[in-house]
Amino acid sequence: MYSWIFRNLPGPLWLRIIEALILIAAVVLLLMMYAFPWLNQYISPFTDSTIGQSTQ
Amino acid sequence: MNRAATATGRRAVRRRQSAGSRVVGFFGELLITLGIVLMLYVAWELWWTNIDSANAQNEVTSNLVQELGDVVIPEADHPQAEEEKDYGPAPITKIGPGETFGIMYFPSWGSSGIYHPVTEGVEDAVIDNLGIGHYPTTQQPGEKGNFAVAAHRQTHGQVFWDIDKLHEGDKIYLQTKKGYYTYTWYDTEIVEPSNGEVLLPVPHQWGMKPTESILTMTTCHPKYTTRQRMIAYSKLTDWRPLDAGPPSEIRDLVAKATS
Repeated sequence: MYSWIFRNLPGPLWLRIIEALILIAAVVLLLMMYAFPWLNQYISPFTDSTIGQSTQ
Repeated sequence: MNRAATATGRRAVRRRQSAGSRVVGFFGELLITLGIVLMLYVAWELWWTNIDSANAQNEVTSNLVQELGDVVIPEADHPQAEEEKDYGPAPITKIGPGETFGIMYFPSWGSSGIYHPVTEGVEDAVIDNLGIGHYPTTQQPGEKGNFAVAAHRQTHGQVFWDIDKLHEGDKIYLQTKKGYYTYTWYDTEIVEPSNGEVLLPVPHQWGMKPTESILTMTTCHPKYTTRQRMIAYSKLTDWRPLDAGPPSEIRDLVAKATS
């Protein structure tokens, strides 16, 4: 999968390496800003500080 | 070697892979991806949430500071007599729903003290990003009974990280539009997460009529788990109005928070 993406990036090798890094950075940023905050509603291993309340 | 030959070579290598090994390779990549995403999620919890929380807290703090108006900061060589003046019993700060109504100062935490905004409510929306949340079912600041708050021990600003470092005589200050409430720490206990009795007007005493005002702070324990709760109790020991200026112990912190 990743080798296919890398082969199909346009440009010479050095450009494709830069493109790949930008793609990785974009995916990480999307995860951090949107996917993880959403996921946090369902799986939050560290965040439960209240007491005697069933909602959290 | 020219470019066309290289491309042909690559294609030849690919053709040698059987369909089975391609499928296995694809699943392998998926699993590696999943592992990396999970590690990123932990990194997000432990690190990114602190940044988000700090930004949101700064915003609600500066909004509150604007509502408070000009905060009087006395000169550093303020006379001691003025400092120890008794301003009588503390008034009650009325809290509206969802309102950010105060700033809490912890001069004994961190290298030079820290502060966090306090907002009504303990739902995720409040304590994940706005610092400290007040249990709406408990009493208001200055009222006889239990002014109880919650905050995260780790992640999302790790507001109560140092809760185990309170010592005899350590002070916690709450600044509202009424003035400065001084709470003095006296006890800490560790309880099960279901033990809501710590929020009673007199903790653990059902139906008891409160005679004094206390502050109860609840958070996770041990660090990096949610197995138990650490509960720190402090007593309301002093009060002074806003225009009398902050108590000298938090003078610099208040100046920093309200500048």
